[in-house]
Amino acid sequence: MSIIDGQTALPTYTKKDFESGIDPRWCPGCGDFAIINQVQRALPNAGVKRENIVFVSGIGCSSRFPYYMNNYGMHTLHGRAPSFAAGLKISRPELMVWVVTGDGDALAIGGNHFIHAMRRNLDIKLLLFNNRIYGLTKGQVSPTSELGKKTKTTPHGSPDYPFNPPELALGAGATFVARSIDVDGPGLAAVLKGATEHKGSVFVEVFQNCPVFNDGAYDFITDKAVKAEAQLRMEHGKPLLFGKENKKGIRLNPQTIQLEVVTLGENGITEKDILVHDAKREDPTLAYMLASLSTRPGFPTPVGIFRDVRHPTVDELTWEKIEAAKSAKKTDLTGLLSGADTWTIG
Amino acid sequence: MAGRPLWGRDFGSRGRVQGLSYCPMSNQQVASPGRKVEQLETVTIRFVGDSGDGMQLTGTEFTRANALAGNDLATFPDYPAEIRAPAGSLAGVSGYQVNFGSREIHTSGDAPDVLVAMNPAALKTNLADLKQGGMLIINTGAFTAANLEKASYKSNPLDDAALKASIRIVGIDMNKLTEGALEGSGLSSKDVARSKNYFALGLMYWLYNRPFERQLKSIEQKFAKKPEFASANQKVFKAGYAFGETTELFHARYSVPPSKLAPGLYRTVTGNFPMTLGMAVTARLSGKQVFLGSYPITPATEILQEASHFKQHGVVTFQAEDEIAGIGSAIGASFGGSIGCTTTSGPGLALKTEMIGLAVITELPLVIVNVQRGGPSTGMPTKTEQSDLLMALFGRHGEAPLPVIAAQSPGDCFWATLEAFRIAVKWMTPVILLTDGYLANGAEPFLIPDPAGLPKIDVKFQTEPNYQGQFMPYLRDEKLIRPWAIPGTPGLEHRVGGLEKDSLSGMVSYDGSNHEQMVKTRAKKIANVVEDVPDAEVYGKPGGSLLMVSWGGTFGAVRGAAEVLQEQGKDVSHVHLRWLNPLPKNLGTLLRGYKKVLVPEVNNGQLALYLRAMYPGVDPLQFNKINGKPFKISELAARAAELL
Repeated sequence: MSIIDGQTALPTYTKKDFESGIDPRWCPGCGDFAIINQVQRALPNAGVKRENIVFVSGIGCSSRFPYYMNNYGMHTLHGRAPSFAAGLKISRPELMVWVVTGDGDALAIGGNHFIHAMRRNLDIKLLLFNNRIYGLTKGQVSPTSELGKKTKTTPHGSPDYPFNPPELALGAGATFVARSIDVDGPGLAAVLKGATEHKGSVFVEVFQNCPVFNDGAYDFITDKAVKAEAQLRMEHGKPLLFGKENKKGIRLNPQTIQLEVVTLGENGITEKDILVHDAKREDPTLAYMLASLSTRPGFPTPVGIFRDVRHPTVDELTWEKIEAAKSAKKTDLTGLLSGADTWTIG
Repeated sequence: MAGRPLWGRDFGSRGRVQGLSYCPMSNQQVASPGRKVEQLETVTIRFVGDSGDGMQLTGTEFTRANALAGNDLATFPDYPAEIRAPAGSLAGVSGYQVNFGSREIHTSGDAPDVLVAMNPAALKTNLADLKQGGMLIINTGAFTAANLEKASYKSNPLDDAALKASIRIVGIDMNKLTEGALEGSGLSSKDVARSKNYFALGLMYWLYNRPFERQLKSIEQKFAKKPEFASANQKVFKAGYAFGETTELFHARYSVPPSKLAPGLYRTVTGNFPMTLGMAVTARLSGKQVFLGSYPITPATEILQEASHFKQHGVVTFQAEDEIAGIGSAIGASFGGSIGCTTTSGPGLALKTEMIGLAVITELPLVIVNVQRGGPSTGMPTKTEQSDLLMALFGRHGEAPLPVIAAQSPGDCFWATLEAFRIAVKWMTPVILLTDGYLANGAEPFLIPDPAGLPKIDVKFQTEPNYQGQFMPYLRDEKLIRPWAIPGTPGLEHRVGGLEKDSLSGMVSYDGSNHEQMVKTRAKKIANVVEDVPDAEVYGKPGGSLLMVSWGGTFGAVRGAAEVLQEQGKDVSHVHLRWLNPLPKNLGTLLRGYKKVLVPEVNNGQLALYLRAMYPGVDPLQFNKINGKPFKISELAARAAELL
């Protein structure tokens, strides 16, 4: 295992090393338990010392996360976690910084900070627990709630169109964009592995069930009966096939420039017609088209990594300029205080 | 002296030594033969013109000439919020006032002795301020029918007999003389017109008998990339100087001898700049990174701009997406072991209040600079005001006390910044540092300090467990200060946040008695900061008829008024408050020693309200001015005299 952060050897960690010992105060059956479990499993293999990992959160059910991790942590203000993470990461580039947030926290009150963190390619790992509801305030409409959804503040149905978070992250310039599901352990583990290996802005949407205020929100893709038809599992370098017999696939229609669902063996369709997933593609257009499938009727919901490209990060670029200034200008304290234009009174 | 800052600096006197003899500068010019030279103690000049006329540049350059000649001085620019209002309009007038002299200068001056006006709109908006019998130097070339109409003049005001009788008018067609100087230069007529501010500058150099070699060099440097402009502006500058030499319009030249500034190396500073020096010096003295997370806002923007040039000194700047992210990033950096700072003006401070509460409860060091401007809401962005005092003291939800310091002059912005950082780090607390538009844009000579005499800024990080083999982030020392443990320190992993925390472990606690204890402990800790607050010093007698109390940017005007009145033998004293929270220990006793207390403020009476609450029985009289302009010494002296 590589040692990326310092002189001393990296200890061998187990999942337990990342548990703070405080029992999470989430409702029984909450999807958050499954997510923290996967994060604690992923960290021993991240190649980073425990003390060099910081979890930053805002406000909401998901934002209690840092208290349950045995790392440094900051539980900050509603929507503002990315701003703390920016200051922390830019001032201490050697730290691994995670942001744990929810759909209300990241996309409503914190929308501005969220898009700018992605735009800057801030080297953070942002996990958005999307339960499509406000949980901690007990059941109000969120920016990802479906149109027409009845909640405590929308008793006649929500008149608001929802965000599709991966579209937003891609539009804002995130260099790693993925989606997973709380109950899909292996899928979530694979996405988190990709997230820990990525340098740059990581956005991971996790479909998370809220058993109290929005139970069953993701049954349409997690129910055993429909799962295979409803999920499109993206793997880099592999054809985008799905369905019970893995015979359905996604094709890019060259005439309409649209993605469409086709079936192998029908109308002369063979595997070479099926789009091969390329998460490393520099141009995000295709990733965006895939992300938008989840909002279109008749299409499966993609899960996995949409995009994973390497760009210089804001902390790398900042320190490049600092180092250049340091080597270009050698000024001592007297020189600093005096500047260029002085005069002497005798 | 007891209670003084460790580095023994007297903030009231800006390092002056009375009675020190002055060594004249070697290249002092000799007045032209035959022309009378009048010696003046102080002069106030205001340059006014269209925002495109370059009056800020003219003012700054002339200010520097006076600084180099050894004068004490203070300046005040006055410009519109719009970048370029329509040319020639009343809204587009931009001005720059400088007061320089051979005695100690406290303010940018009351009524100008000389008004240099470049067009009718500038005359219209500034004429009323000119001193009775003062001199108006006016660019008659701009007095066209169209410009007169834009300034709402029905006839040419320069023809007005009453005006001619009350002031001395020196009309010069600067447009034509500039064109003449640049004949054959090949420059466009637009570029030629833009040079005329150098004509005015050259004329002032002649009138006040200033050596011009350094100015010529400075023009050369300023236009190094465009040599054709350098030589054109030099020509126009020389033409202005030569015009003074040959014209019969002036019956005298003036000389303002050097003032008795303390010996040493000086530079001119406007208030925003030395704050960035304070950041860089803090970084160097502490050996830690200063992280400035900020967002552009008038009149604080220059701090972020200037600080971005100090990367090599350990200042990291980050222009965030908004005010909230500015302070959020600074708190994040402080959690990581940097010394966080954010800079803003009133509306931005309003946006940051929730974050300041978080810094209070997490007890992380942070400096919040608020360059106050006219409010409420967007208010008057380019005009000065002191109306955020109560917001700084109390503008947070919950019980959230923090130290509040206010700088008193442009140069003092450096010392106040160092002080704010030292306090933030020592006491693990956010500190609000107040300045205002007047200090931010005003200039004065700054005695460059000896690095060896600067205060120590000690930063200690916790590296070991502090409680039975564990780390307790809220286990305090005898002064109630908590330890600072930063990410990267093995074994001290801990969580902080906005929820009330257990008084020892820092973990979330909803226990009522713990909350009460924490509220009181945080308050006590800030009250303990008083050990770093110097006693208030009286300028005048300790007790008597009238005490004037100032804070922040009104220091100069109030001290000036006190000097004037004391010279007249009046029983008036002055106390200036640099610390607003905690207040100096001796203040209550001091206030009660006078028959009357007068609090002049550029707001509706915020310090007066605060003093009434803090010292029951003390009921200060108020003198409030809220018109976007700083106090004049004369109006303060008049008000104080009325009260005697």
